[in-house]
Parts: sequence; C-alpha cells; structure tokens
Amino acid sequence: MTGSPAIKSAGGRGISIRGNDIDTDQIIPARYLKAITFEGMGEFSFRDLRFDGEGEEMEHPFNDEAYQDASILVVNSNFGCGSSREHAPQALMRWGIEAIIGHSFAEIFSGNCLALGIPVIEMETMQIGVLQEWVESTPNGEIYIDIVAQSVKYDGQEIEVNIPESHRKALVDGIWDTAALLKSNPEEVKQISGKIPYIK
Amino acid sequence: MSEGTLYDKVWDGHKVRELPNGQDQLFVGLHLIHEVTSPQAFGMIREKRMEVAYPELTHATVDHIIPTLDQSRPFKDDQAERMMAELESNVVEAKIKFAGPESGNQGIVHVIGPEQGLTQPGMTIVCGDSHTSTHGAFGSLAFGIGTTQIRDVLATQTIALGRQKVRKIEVKGELGECVTAKDIILTIIRYLGTDGGVGHVYEYGGPAISKLNMEGRMSICNMSIEGGARAGYINPDGTTYEWLKNTDTFKKDPERFENLLPYWESIRSERNAKYDDIFEIDCNKIEPMVTWGTTPGQGIGISEEIPDPDSLGETKRESAIWAQKHMRVTPGEKMIGYKINVAFIGSCTNSRLSDLREACKIMEGRNVASGIRALVVPGSQRVKAAAEKEGIDKIFVESGFEWRSAGCSMCLGMNEDQLIGDEACASSSNRNFIGRQGSKDGRTVLMSPAMVAAAAIKGEVTDVREIG
Repeated sequence: MTGSPAIKSAGGRGISIRGNDIDTDQIIPARYLKAITFEGMGEFSFRDLRFDGEGEEMEHPFNDEAYQDASILVVNSNFGCGSSREHAPQALMRWGIEAIIGHSFAEIFSGNCLALGIPVIEMETMQIGVLQEWVESTPNGEIYIDIVAQSVKYDGQEIEVNIPESHRKALVDGIWDTAALLKSNPEEVKQISGKIPYIK
Repeated sequence: MSEGTLYDKVWDGHKVRELPNGQDQLFVGLHLIHEVTSPQAFGMIREKRMEVAYPELTHATVDHIIPTLDQSRPFKDDQAERMMAELESNVVEAKIKFAGPESGNQGIVHVIGPEQGLTQPGMTIVCGDSHTSTHGAFGSLAFGIGTTQIRDVLATQTIALGRQKVRKIEVKGELGECVTAKDIILTIIRYLGTDGGVGHVYEYGGPAISKLNMEGRMSICNMSIEGGARAGYINPDGTTYEWLKNTDTFKKDPERFENLLPYWESIRSERNAKYDDIFEIDCNKIEPMVTWGTTPGQGIGISEEIPDPDSLGETKRESAIWAQKHMRVTPGEKMIGYKINVAFIGSCTNSRLSDLREACKIMEGRNVASGIRALVVPGSQRVKAAAEKEGIDKIFVESGFEWRSAGCSMCLGMNEDQLIGDEACASSSNRNFIGRQGSKDGRTVLMSPAMVAAAAIKGEVTDVREIG
C-alpha cells in the first residue's frame, strides 16, 4: 500500500491570528473559490483582512515582512468554522502554513487539514494567549511541535498539548492520505453495500 | 457513548471496517456534488488514474455560481462559465446524473435531493458543502466533506470518519404566531454557541419538532453546522413518509416505498436510547429572532435588547465588540428599526415552497419600501414552477420583489447577486459572517422569510407580528 509520509513533528517560525470563530469566509472569501484547481490560492489567504476596498495593503500579520517565513499558525477558538471548503486549508498551506496551534477547531476544517497532512494542535486557552504574545514580540522565534509526544516547545519551555488520537495516529503512521487505505478493500465495500436495504 | 440512537444504527449499518487510526471506513449511500468543490476532486482521481467506483450513487447539480437573472450560455462571468463547463464534462465522463438548468430539475443541491426523493431515511449522505446537514431532516446521517474526501467517495464510495457524540435536543412547547423553525434553530445556536456542537451530532426531537413540516425540519437541520455540529437529524415519522410518497423515486415505484418502510422504522432511535447529553428548550418562550452580530450565534428575540459584550462572558466578549462595530449597533438598543438596503429570500435554509408561501402572505397587498432592493430566489426550478402555479410570483412582483431563477444567489458572494459596499441585508440565509454576501463591509441580519418580508415593507428590521 502506498501511504503518505509519516509526520512526527513540525517546526518553524510562528504567526498569530487573534480572534474566536474565525470562519472560512474570512480565511478565503467565496469569490476566490471560482477556480477549478487549488493553484494560486495561497495569495487569497485572509484576503479581505489584508487589503482594503481599493486593494491597498492593510496591517495584518500575513502582510508583515517579519512573518513571511512563518509556518506555524497560532489561533484561538473555533477556528475554521463555517463552510466545508477545503480551499481554506489549501490557501493557508499554499501560503506556507505547515501546522496550526489553537484552542479549538471546527470539525470539517480540522478533517480537511488532516487530509492535507497539516497537524492541528489543541492548546489550553491561557497558554495560547502566552504563545500569541511571544510570537507577536518574537517574529524570528522557533516553535517545535512533537506530534508523537504531544508537546510544543518554544522559548525554552515545553507545553503539553492535545492532538485528537485518530489524527495523531494517522499523522505519525503516515496514513493521513486516505486514498490508498480506502481503495484497498473494494470487495469488502461491495459486500457491505449489498446488505444496505436501499442500495439496489 | 450513545447507544440505540438513529445515529448508532445508521453508522453501524454502513461501517465497512475500522481503520488503523481508530476511524471507521463508512459506505456512502448518496453522494451529491456541485460545481465549486468537485472539480479539484475529479482532477485528483484523473491524476491517480482512478475511476469513479459507483457513479449511480452520485448526483450532480449547479447552484453556487449560476446567475439567477440571465442563465443563457455562455455565462457572462468567464470564471463561472468555466466551472460550469468543467462540471458538465466531468459528469459526462464519469456517467453521473446531472440536474442541469435544461432538465427542469436544477436547484440548490440541498433542495433538489429531498424534492426528487434522492434523500431518504437511514442513508449516509455526503456532499462537499457544510449545509449537507439539511438532509438529516429525513432521518439520514448527512454531513459536509472537503474536496479530498470527495475524491475518496468518487474513488471508493467510502469515507474515513471518527464516531461523534450524540446530543439530543428536545424542543418542547408550542410555536407562537409567526414564529418558525428558523427561530428555533437560531435560539438553539444562541444558547449552545457556534462551537457547542463540535464533535457532536444533534438529534432534534420533542413535540414542537414533530409538528413541523419537512421544510421546517430542513431549516433546522440545515443550520446544525452553524452550531458546530457537522450533522443534525430528526427521526422519520408520518410527515417524512408523506413527503417521500410524493417524490419521483416513490411515485415511480410505490412498491419500493413499502419495501423500505420497515427499514426506515427500524432505524428510529429507541425509546430508551442513550445519549451523550440532552438539551431542552421551550418554544413558548421563542419569538421571531434576528441576529445583531457576525456569527449565527449572535441572535436575539425581536423585542430583546442588543447585549452588552461584557455580559456575554470572556470567551464571547471580544468577538461581540468586533461584531457590534461592524454592524454599527449599540448595546441596550433593539434591532427593531435597523435600516436595511436589501431584502433576500432564498438559500438552502429557506427557499422552499412553504417558505415562499409564508413570505408571500405578508407581502400580499403591501409594497417593498422605496429604495430597497428585494429578491426572491426559489431554491429549485421545481419550487419556482410550483410557486408560479399558485400565483406567488405575481404577488411578489406586484409588491416590488424581483422574482429570480434558482440558485444559491445572495447567500454567498460567488455569483452576480452580492451586497455592495456597506449595504445592510435582511436575509433568510444561514450565515452573517463578515464578507459572506460578497462585500467585506456588507452587513447581514439573519431572520425567517416572513421577517424578511416585514423588513422589506418597512425598510428596516420589524416585528412581523405587528404587520400581521
């Protein structure tokens, strides 16, 4: 079976986006979904928060020179709520985000992240606040995420975090890309479907 | 962990096997696709040289990008035309049934599935759209998926998913005059929060739910996702079966209805089913709801005051301040009198025949206030035709509403119907997120179709009960 690469850790500079309930329309506005591939989606990340009506750049971490090399996004609660558009994590990934640390995530969004091999890490609210402040004052600081041990290291300290077990195992065992796994048992699938009353 | 619920039974009946990471591989009974989230998935399976495994279990339509005014081809918007053409070529290549505009069956995917009898109790239903939860109104397990998962479904008709918890939401009491299903769900989200349902599926039940027609049940299940619950469902009953009998599937094959009925009855939640938790609300206390903020959880009854952010607790305070600034509303004031520029009746939440009837009743003999742009967008070509047969279109047009063709329209900024600048919109849709209706400065006030009609008449947010 051809799996996907095991993802046991992630590391890099952080970038902080503050606010609860940041929905997928904010992450990528619907008008940028009018395409038949995900190519080039990265530049539309947080588009309406980064540019004003005239297309002029506004103050936003994604516009800030100091954060252009960041790869670890730090957010608050219910991040990614709203639409099921995979364009949202695709845009973040194509901008350069490799992992997201937050207090909590909307379910479809975190599932979409897993499908792309982007770990989503749950951290306690107070700890998130401290990490966001540090990221905001230390743009070149490095964050290291240990997915196996479920911990985040930065600024000489180590914080315990939570990664939903099915996500953690899928990342660590390299089975987050489900295509091969689900394709491996067509006979079994056929057999089960034969028992479902409404399948003709 | 829940036991004996519809969720448990439908899950177990569709489980193929447990995957090494603890998730289950589930068989998908019905896969619905549209033009926005499927083209990349077709691209992925082509790239891997895979084929669509069960094309007869996938149905397609076009809704998000389709213009509601001039649908002649090619569409004026090149990008929209390109997406439409891509969908058309994908469905032909994969031999997938397509409810296109020529068929007379086109419409919002969550309107056409139920109206054609594709949506049935006890099914697993997925679609690359978060409002797939709508189909749960029929007692199916239905949820939105991302594009990579669409690829999985196309290639294998299965999906990898972790089991969720089941919360029962017991809706007691009786709905007052002009209080609708939309008001029930906005109340539920107000109290349980926009993230209250994360990791959960909502089972809606109780006397007030039993009395709702299927359209009302769909409005409720539709907005489960706005409360964070990926799926919501209602156990099938006589009302469900009546609806099903009148759909294409079962009109064509009444014997099939009789054959499936025992299955539908068998998947209902047991009387002594175990739930992970239970939440009760009393309908007698619900009045017509409106949102004052920029999440569907920021709602109040029409006679209530806009809350002081400080009173909402630390976790909701900051987003409330932000939302009130965007909406330009003041704590302590009411939403009554909030000036609007646009009135929109439509979307997968509220664009079905009974929704249009309710709004039409309010508009009869009255006019849209001057300067207000007012749109009615039926959810499907069939809803449009049925409404026209009843003369609903004429009443709307005479009152000053535009009568459009089926599509997602102004629910999201993907077609020509959008807010401009800082316009405020009384909307029967499901999301008041900043930018949702196409303009980043646009302001959306969510409410029921009858409340939108009332707002259109006055040019400002109004208590529909005072109009009558």
